[in-house]
Amino acid sequence: MDIIVCIKRVPETAEADLVIDGSKKAIDTDGLVFSINEWDNYAVEAAIQLKEAEGGTITVISVGPEENNEVLRRALAMGADEALRLTDPAFEGSDAYAMAKILAAAIKDIPHDLILTGVQADDDGFGAVGVALAQMLELPYAALVTDIKKEGDTLTVHRELEGGLEEVDTLKLPALLTIQTGINEPRYVSIMGIRRVAKKEIGAKGVADLGLSEEEVGLKGSLSQIEELFFPPVGEGAEIIEGTMDEKAEALVKILKERGGIG
Amino acid sequence: MEKIAVLVEHRQNEVRDITFEMLGKAHQLLEGGGEVIALFLGDVSQKGLLDQITPHAHRTVAYLDSNLKDFEPLRYQAAFTNIFENVDCQLILMGQTAFGMDFAPAIAAKWKIPFTTDVVDIEASEELHAIRQMYSGKVNAKVSLKPGEKMLCTVRAGAFPAEDIPTVSGELQEITGAIEGDFSARTFVEYLEAAVGDVDITQADIIVSVGRGIKDADNIPIAQELADALGGVVACSRPVADKKWLPKERQVGTSGKTVKPKVYIALGISGAFQHQAGMKGANTIIAVNKDPKAPIFSIAHYGIVDDLFKVVPALTEKVKELRG
Ligand SMILES: Cc1cc2nc3c(=O)[nH]c(=O)nc-3n(C[C@H](O)[C@H](O)[C@H](O)COP(=O)(O)OP(=O)(O)OC[C@H]3O[C@@H](n4cnc5c(N)ncnc54)[C@H](O)[C@@H]3O)c2cc1C
Ligand SMILES: Nc1ncnc2c1ncn2[C@@H]1O[C@H](COP(=O)(O)O)[C@@H](O)[C@H]1O
Repeated sequence: MDIIVCIKRVPETAEADLVIDGSKKAIDTDGLVFSINEWDNYAVEAAIQLKEAEGGTITVISVGPEENNEVLRRALAMGADEALRLTDPAFEGSDAYAMAKILAAAIKDIPHDLILTGVQADDDGFGAVGVALAQMLELPYAALVTDIKKEGDTLTVHRELEGGLEEVDTLKLPALLTIQTGINEPRYVSIMGIRRVAKKEIGAKGVADLGLSEEEVGLKGSLSQIEELFFPPVGEGAEIIEGTMDEKAEALVKILKERGGIG
Repeated sequence: MEKIAVLVEHRQNEVRDITFEMLGKAHQLLEGGGEVIALFLGDVSQKGLLDQITPHAHRTVAYLDSNLKDFEPLRYQAAFTNIFENVDCQLILMGQTAFGMDFAPAIAAKWKIPFTTDVVDIEASEELHAIRQMYSGKVNAKVSLKPGEKMLCTVRAGAFPAEDIPTVSGELQEITGAIEGDFSARTFVEYLEAAVGDVDITQADIIVSVGRGIKDADNIPIAQELADALGGVVACSRPVADKKWLPKERQVGTSGKTVKPKVYIALGISGAFQHQAGMKGANTIIAVNKDPKAPIFSIAHYGIVDDLFKVVPALTEKVKELRG
């Protein structure tokens, strides 16, 4: 089974103090640590487990600058066979729709039985590229997948719904799945593993190589665009307890007593 | 804006809250003028659900077919084609839910409808602007959509109130007739109910909840000790359940449990909206997080900006002292 996995390189922002840059349309990424999008890491692991069971090849694709080779190499070290980077100044400003178009243009030239994406990217949080891509490639698809079983050319998948409920669906290959976190336990990538693939050639394709025009991608090819970024209004917010650790603990105990927090 | 269509979301014979949240927002955007149109795809046996919808839309267009009982995107798309070609509207709202995330991007891509997702607010004066969040709720973005005949936004659950929706008693327009095509490429099989665990966190008065900030499975006992001292239970955010540090049935949030304890203590949880949705109903929320900008502080009543590995032992100590 030949599998393609779309992976994105995103900044880690959970503990970072974010700054909106001068254009007001992006954050300042200087000093931020980047890594593979969490959902995509689970997707790469899912592909490797399928390959281990079924044989075949895995190609990982990432749209972005040269630094994206880091996440592609990481996926190669995990067990992917080929990596491809799609890059062009014209891609700048692409929304989920334009991003799906770029990925679709690359994927149509690569043999595939299954395409995996993450449910969503941690930075833009669209949760849309995978399903839009499936539509463009006219493939059956399922979003929010938490389990995959293959029998012949049929997949039986679980989709996560709300409140712990799940749904079972069957899909005919070739198909596309968007992978939800927790579907597996992504394997550890050692420095040795990364070193082993350090010399592996990673191809790069631009807008012309993909047979696209500049009008079809980037801001021009998008259906939406960011006008302005701003910080969420703070609202009332929490009352912050200050003091020494002892005073903080003391204050918390008082609150807990008042609020029925000591049962 | 004159006409806004809302795609009704229903599952297992219940209309989901997001439907009313979107209907309410549609009325507000039209400010009493214009037409709110509810779109319903479902089986004839589900027709009774329409009684909850028709009072709140000027017009309800219902495509009733036995093949539309449970969501299957290929069939739904075929049915939607009919609606798409016959219902005049400028804006379509769908939920950013397990249903909408599996349906909306395909609809938008198929008809090249200008769209954006996970919207928390919509402004429709001259032009349409959507407000959505990025970087797990740390930054908001004002987004414009390319002008189009129709536009589409998926709406975050809980972004708009589901109560006090204007009542207008509109007409019901039924579409029947089999949907044509081969839809076997993806078929619905069944629902799987959530597993029941040994501890039911929804019944607890006191919850000590841990997030990725707990760093490792080996650190869970720190939270357990505090919970034991308080007479409460330990729950968690999604990454902790994903990594199997705690069982899935301890997960709080949209894809986990909804809890309403007297006190909810969030340790090392950033407060993504999917988590907030499961715990914002708690009477008192206390958050401990190193990051003063963590979104959890916007809904917490009390906060400590510090290292949980220092705060929790100190607090546990004090609680134990108190209880002698
Ligand atoms: C469809 C879908 C459904 C989802 N459903 C759910 C759900 O039901 N429940 C859920 O929780 N999430 C859910 N999520 C995931 C959600 O989007 C977030 O990714 C998740 O809630 C983040 O968990 P977290 O806060 O533990 O981790 P992070 O966002 O990584 O935050 C960790 C926090 O810990 C703090 N921290 C780190 N170290 C320390 C320390 N030593 N002391 C104090 N603070 C520290 C950091 O500052 C940070 O704020 C869902 C996502 C999707 C797409
Ligand atoms: N720049 C990119 N390169 C490769 N894959 C991407 C890129 N952007 C998005 N994707 C894929 O689409 C998924 C959903 O992203 P999004 O719709 O942006 O939230 C991600 O998890 C990736 O699998």
